[in-house]
Amino acid sequence: MLIVACIKQVPDTTQVKIDPVTNTLVREGIPFIMNPYDTHAMEAALQLKDQFGCRVAVLSMGPPNAEATLRKALSAGVDRAILLSDRVFGGADTLATSKVLAAAIAKLNAEVEPVGLVICGKQTIDGDTAQVGPGIAVRLGYQQLTLVDKVEELDLVNKKLVVSRKLEGRHERVQAPLPAMLTVVRELNRPRYPTVPMRLAAATAEVEVWDNGVLQLDPQTIGLKGSPTWVSKIFSPERDKGEIVGDGYADPEGTVDLLLGKLMEKDLLPL
Amino acid sequence: MTSTQTIFAPLFIAATALFIWSCWKRLSLTALGRPDNRLDNIGQRIGDTLSYAFAQKRVLAKPSGLIHVAIFWCFLVLMVANTEFILHGLFPAVSFTKLPDGIFMPLMQMIDVVSLITLLAVTAAAIRRLVAPPYPEARTFEAFFILFLIATLMMANFGVNAAKISRMQGSMLEMAKNIMPVSSLFAPYVPPGMGRLVHDLSWWTHALVLLLFMNLLPLSKHFHIITAIPNVFLRRREHPPLPEREEFNAGNSFGISQVDGYTWKELLDSFSCTECGRCQNVCPADQTRKPLNPRGVIAQLKHNLMANGPQLKQGKAATTPLIGEGEASISEEAIWSCTTCGACLQACPVFIEQMPKLIPLRRHLVEMESRFPEELLNLFENMEGRSNPWGIAPTERGKWATQLGERPYEPGKSEYLFYVGCAGSFDARAKQITVATALLLDKAGVSWGMLGKDEKCCGDSLRRLGNEYVFDKLAKENVALFKERGIKKVIVQCPHCLTTLKNDYKQYGIELEVIHHSQLLLYLVQDGRLKLPKQADLGKLVYHDSCYLGRHNGIYDEPREALALATGAEPLEMPRNREDGFCCGAGGGRMWMEEFTGDRINLVRAAEALEQQPDTICTACPYCLTMLDDGMKDLKAEKVQVKDIAEIMAEAVLR
Repeated sequence: MLIVACIKQVPDTTQVKIDPVTNTLVREGIPFIMNPYDTHAMEAALQLKDQFGCRVAVLSMGPPNAEATLRKALSAGVDRAILLSDRVFGGADTLATSKVLAAAIAKLNAEVEPVGLVICGKQTIDGDTAQVGPGIAVRLGYQQLTLVDKVEELDLVNKKLVVSRKLEGRHERVQAPLPAMLTVVRELNRPRYPTVPMRLAAATAEVEVWDNGVLQLDPQTIGLKGSPTWVSKIFSPERDKGEIVGDGYADPEGTVDLLLGKLMEKDLLPL
Repeated sequence: MTSTQTIFAPLFIAATALFIWSCWKRLSLTALGRPDNRLDNIGQRIGDTLSYAFAQKRVLAKPSGLIHVAIFWCFLVLMVANTEFILHGLFPAVSFTKLPDGIFMPLMQMIDVVSLITLLAVTAAAIRRLVAPPYPEARTFEAFFILFLIATLMMANFGVNAAKISRMQGSMLEMAKNIMPVSSLFAPYVPPGMGRLVHDLSWWTHALVLLLFMNLLPLSKHFHIITAIPNVFLRRREHPPLPEREEFNAGNSFGISQVDGYTWKELLDSFSCTECGRCQNVCPADQTRKPLNPRGVIAQLKHNLMANGPQLKQGKAATTPLIGEGEASISEEAIWSCTTCGACLQACPVFIEQMPKLIPLRRHLVEMESRFPEELLNLFENMEGRSNPWGIAPTERGKWATQLGERPYEPGKSEYLFYVGCAGSFDARAKQITVATALLLDKAGVSWGMLGKDEKCCGDSLRRLGNEYVFDKLAKENVALFKERGIKKVIVQCPHCLTTLKNDYKQYGIELEVIHHSQLLLYLVQDGRLKLPKQADLGKLVYHDSCYLGRHNGIYDEPREALALATGAEPLEMPRNREDGFCCGAGGGRMWMEEFTGDRINLVRAAEALEQQPDTICTACPYCLTMLDDGMKDLKAEKVQVKDIAEIMAEAVLR
């Protein structure tokens, strides 16, 4: 059985800057990392590999430089790393992205080995939509189990699994037949730290690149053209309240006085 | 051939053969180790051997060392006496009596008196071990038995001589009393007519105990009698000890997981340990009841080598794991407990290197097995991804200087690079030290610049924690940047940056002139470039030595002199100061780890500082500052301020 983990290369910053003219993320000067939730998805796949001896492939759709992130996946111990990269895939929204990923999974399933599980992070930190994983599941007709924080059972003989889903204020225990698509949360596991021999091996290992010549998708249904979502405006919400009072490092005592003064002025201190 | 000869000669030959075999069995195992050239600087090595092996400089660091020195020097004399004893037993014609009187008489007097001194010294040693042992587990049967054997040898020697004297008369007797004043005191107790019997009994006791003693040496801690002097001669001469670089090529393995991964000299260390326990008594981990005992590590190494030696000699893999539980393995918790403070290295009288043996084990765990305390995962990822321990965006690095105005290092224009370091750049408290230092540098008109967002962590914690792979990447990037900008002189405020830039980076082909701010501030005052309009009034002030500033880099005096100038009084000293300073608990990457077992090291040190009833504790390291500041909070002594030396200097110069 093949387990597919879907990963994305994202800019490493919590302070995303947005170009006000193009409404896109400013990526210059920001290093890229593997989407943090995806590291847990990959770890989940690797743990099942350790336990059941399944094979693990990682898929990523992105520009050629996303190869670096796929190499990290190889250093963690995945068997195959495939980069889906083609100009016609570019500018995709979550719908078009899930079409490309689903097509690649279907190809692996048909030509390499039956896919039992697809595991994705619950969302990416740059898009935050949480739609791609479910999109893949729908397109492939897989069961979808989102927000998984524990894989309780995997029964390869009867082809079913039991997971715990982390919902707001409660957990839900769900059984589903395979194949299934899981999206996972951070609590699921602790991603492994690659050993040096694995890193060195990953440096020369092959990252396969599949373009649309391989997937043969209709260019009208993918990439920018196949994306019904149009972003009209992205902005950082303005902070409308509050102010930063003084400089606590340079003058702690003065700043405290200033702060107390302001609080008393607004009658916020019980005196 | 006398009857004595017919029995003694074969016994002697058998005992000697057994002794040589035992020694060979152990010492030949050192050949399993990797090569290491320890025969450079022969002149200095001879000098070190004279002062540390023969003059026993480090042994004498403790009062009880005097007993050892007495026994050591007496042994050298008695070696001569025992050689004659054995030769005489084998070839009765060989005897001191054949020597001219001018040599014979003083020699006999010396041996006689030295035997008494030895007897007194081993008695003192036994009492000391009984009453005030160096460490509680030191009261072993083996230790007392060896002392008993030495005492027996001395008594037997007196017995032989007293028996002879008891049968003398007239001028012979007078002469004997003169040349054997101690033995002759025992002569009257030899029963009349029993002289021959007492002589033979004493002689055979002496002979048999001597052969037994010889054969116990290689089997016990007393092997050091044979190995300690070479071990001092072969000591590591570089200070501080640097971990070896690793070559990151596919197919290599990293760190040490099997005993033959150590060098032959490191294996010899294991046979040179006297089990004196001085290392454990200064070890912050051992002293706070953690499962790391540097003496134990050396013993475990020896046991592991003995257990695996036969297989390894045949080219087979070791079966007793080097890392693990049991008396022949070093436990993972012990490996992670080390603060790399270097106190054990400083304390060992025979220059055994305990701490440097642990780093390669950490390397194996991190680099080959990816097994390390959970807290380190974030640290490793933050260091690799954002080149600082907290994972703060690198663009924030220069922000501490927002109010001063960023001052980029300009090649050709700036004299010094102010390498701020991660704590000084990101830690709220340590940023105050950075600002104080920068203001003082400006006041003194020092030409300096910073790297701002281009600065990266020096990698100290990574290297001490065994993550050499990421350290290597950071070090290469830093060295390339320093070379590109033509940086030669560097000011640091963190002793960890100091040692890494100054010492570790030499392995990367760069020799930087690195100065710690505590040194530079002193020089600036001494040169009159910093004026002290008033003295800083901080009440009673006690100074805490950072391990990496002190023991690792020998900087003890400058901070103290600077403090004396800034405050008008010599700083107070804690009982453990300078070379004997006690770690704050943050070195060796422990800064980033939880301390679950035993007492907290920082609290022990904080309490020691509080014993001096200070108003202010002065540190010269951002890690020490954090640890002691936390200590003050935990000990409800928040009124005691913990300040960096730059802040204290700033009080005197800028206020």
